Amino acid sequence: MAEAPNPLLSAPLSVINLGAELFAEALRQQEVPVVQVQWTPPAAQDDDLLDLLDTLL
Amino acid sequence: MAERILIRAREYHDSVRLMRVSEAIRKSPGVTEAMVMMATPNNKKILGNAGLLSGEAEAARADDLIIALIADCEANAATALELAEDSLAQKPGGAAGVALPRTLDAAQAATPGANVVAISVPGEHAYREAKRALELGLNVFLFSDNVALEDERRLKELAAEKNRLVMGPDCGTAIIGGACLGFANKVRPGKVGVIGASGTGTQEITSLLDWLGAGLSHAIGTGGRDLKAEIGGATMLQALDLLAADPGTEVIAITSKPPSAEVAEKVVAACRAVGKPVVINFLGLGRTGTEGNVTFTDTLAETALAAARLIGANDELPALSEEEAETYLAAARAKRTGGQKYLRGLYAGGTLCYEALLGLKELKVQSNLSAGAGPLPDLFTSVGHTVIDMGEDDYTDGRPHPMIDPGLRNQRILKEAADPEVALLLLDLVIGYAAHEDPAESLARTLTEARASAAEAGRELPVIVTICGTEADPQDHAAQVARLETADILVTRSNAEAVRLAAAYLEDIHG
Repeated sequence: MAEAPNPLLSAPLSVINLGAELFAEALRQQEVPVVQVQWTPPAAQDDDLLDLLDTLL
Repeated sequence: MAERILIRAREYHDSVRLMRVSEAIRKSPGVTEAMVMMATPNNKKILGNAGLLSGEAEAARADDLIIALIADCEANAATALELAEDSLAQKPGGAAGVALPRTLDAAQAATPGANVVAISVPGEHAYREAKRALELGLNVFLFSDNVALEDERRLKELAAEKNRLVMGPDCGTAIIGGACLGFANKVRPGKVGVIGASGTGTQEITSLLDWLGAGLSHAIGTGGRDLKAEIGGATMLQALDLLAADPGTEVIAITSKPPSAEVAEKVVAACRAVGKPVVINFLGLGRTGTEGNVTFTDTLAETALAAARLIGANDELPALSEEEAETYLAAARAKRTGGQKYLRGLYAGGTLCYEALLGLKELKVQSNLSAGAGPLPDLFTSVGHTVIDMGEDDYTDGRPHPMIDPGLRNQRILKEAADPEVALLLLDLVIGYAAHEDPAESLARTLTEARASAAEAGRELPVIVTICGTEADPQDHAAQVARLETADILVTRSNAEAVRLAAAYLEDIHG
C-alpha cells in the first residue's frame, strides 16, 4: 500500500474509454465526463518493445 | 442478385459499431443481407450460414474485417458497399473536427481529472492496457474477457501495490456514485453498497434495491474469477475496505458464485471485521442465517431484501399476485398437448441463468453452465430441459452481447418454438445503460412469430420473462412490461420469481 488512498468513491467519475464506443455513449447519456480513445490493436506483438515505447513516450 | 465480399486486412472496429454499420447497410435500397464483422471463427460460421463465406473470407485472420452483402442488383450492391465504407470511415465518439487520442497515455495527458479507465478491447490486448492504466495511477473497469488467469493475478498484485482497483476482467457492471459503467441500471441513491463478482447478479440486486425503496451508494464489480483460489478475492477484499471506509455506505451486500473454501473463509472473516452489517450471497452454497454482523442469503432477490431491511426500507419485493400468475399458468396447462414436456431457458444474463439452474435442480437440466446441470452436447441444439447462458463466449465471440444484439437469441427462440416437445420458454430481459434501446419490442415480435408457427402445428407456447431493471432506466420499464404483456407473456420483476413459477408449471409433468 505504497501509494495514496484510492479516491474512487469520493471523487466524481471521469472516464477514459478504450474499446466499445457504446460504453462512452452510455456515460455521455448520464452526463459523466468521458474521453474515447481511438484504439487500434498494436501492429507488433512484442510486449517488451511496447513497454519500452510507453516509457519513452 | 449481386454479391460483394470484401476483406480489409488488419482493420479493427468493435463489435457494437460493426453491428450498427451492418444494420445501416441492411436498410440500404435493394439489400437483402449485410454483415460487417471481424473475421473470427464464430463470425465465419455465421457468414457461412448466410452463404456469404468466400474462399478469401474463409482464409481471413481474426484481425481482418469482412464486409459481406447481397443486393438485388449490381447498382444497389455498389451503393451499399459505398455506404459501408463511408460508415466505417467516420471517426468514433468525439465532436466533429476534434482529433481523438490514440493511446491511453495521450488520453490521460488531455484529461488530468480522469480517475477510471474502462477497457473493452479484445482480451489479448487488455492486459497491457490495464497494466498501463494502473501504472498511471488510474482505477480499471475491465469489461474484456479472455484475459489469462495469471495476467489477472499480476494485474491485481500491481493494483494492490498502487492502491487502485481492477474491476474485472469480464466485469459487466459497476455503479460509482450513481454513474453506471458497462451494463448497469439507474438506481436511486441510498446507503447500500454492493460488491459483485457477476454483472447480472449485481444488476438484479441493485435494481431490486431500487424497487424496495432502499437505493445504492456504490456497486463495485470484481470480475467472475476474483474469488478463485488463484486470485484470492483480491478485488473483493479491496472493495470491502473501500465500502467500510465510505461514509455513505451503511450496509454492504456481496454476491458471487461459491468461492474456493479458503477464499470464502478469508472473505467472511473480512466481512466480520468491517464494522457494518454485511449480506453475503454465495449463489448455490445454500448457506442462510445470521451470524453477528453477517447475514447469508440464497438468491439474488433475498440478498436485496435482506440489505433493504437492514437499512430500514420496508417496501415489498415486486411480484405478481398469486391469482395473476395462476390464471396464466392454468390457462397454459389446459391447452398443453401431451408431447409438450420440456423447459427451454434462454438467458442473456449469465448469473440469472446460473440462478435459474440452481432453482431448477430438481429437473434434469442441460446447460452450457455447470451449476448442477448436465453438459449440453451441441450448444446450438436443445435437448430435454435446456437452460443456457447466451452471453457466454461460445455464442458471443466477435459479436455483441445478447443484451445489445438480440439476433442470435431470437433465432434460437424460433427454433425452440418449432420443437413439439417444448412446454415453456423462460427468458430474461435486461434493460439499463448500454443495453438494447427497446429490447421488449424485438422480443415481443419474435415471440409472436414463434407462437404463430407453434399454433400452425396445433400448439400453444407459454412464455415467462423476467425483467431486470428500474423505473428510471432509459428504456422505460413500464413500457417494456406493457409491450410484453400485450403479447400475452407472463412478466416477473425478479428472476427468483420467474424460476419459481417455471418450476411450478412443470411440476405436474415431472412431479
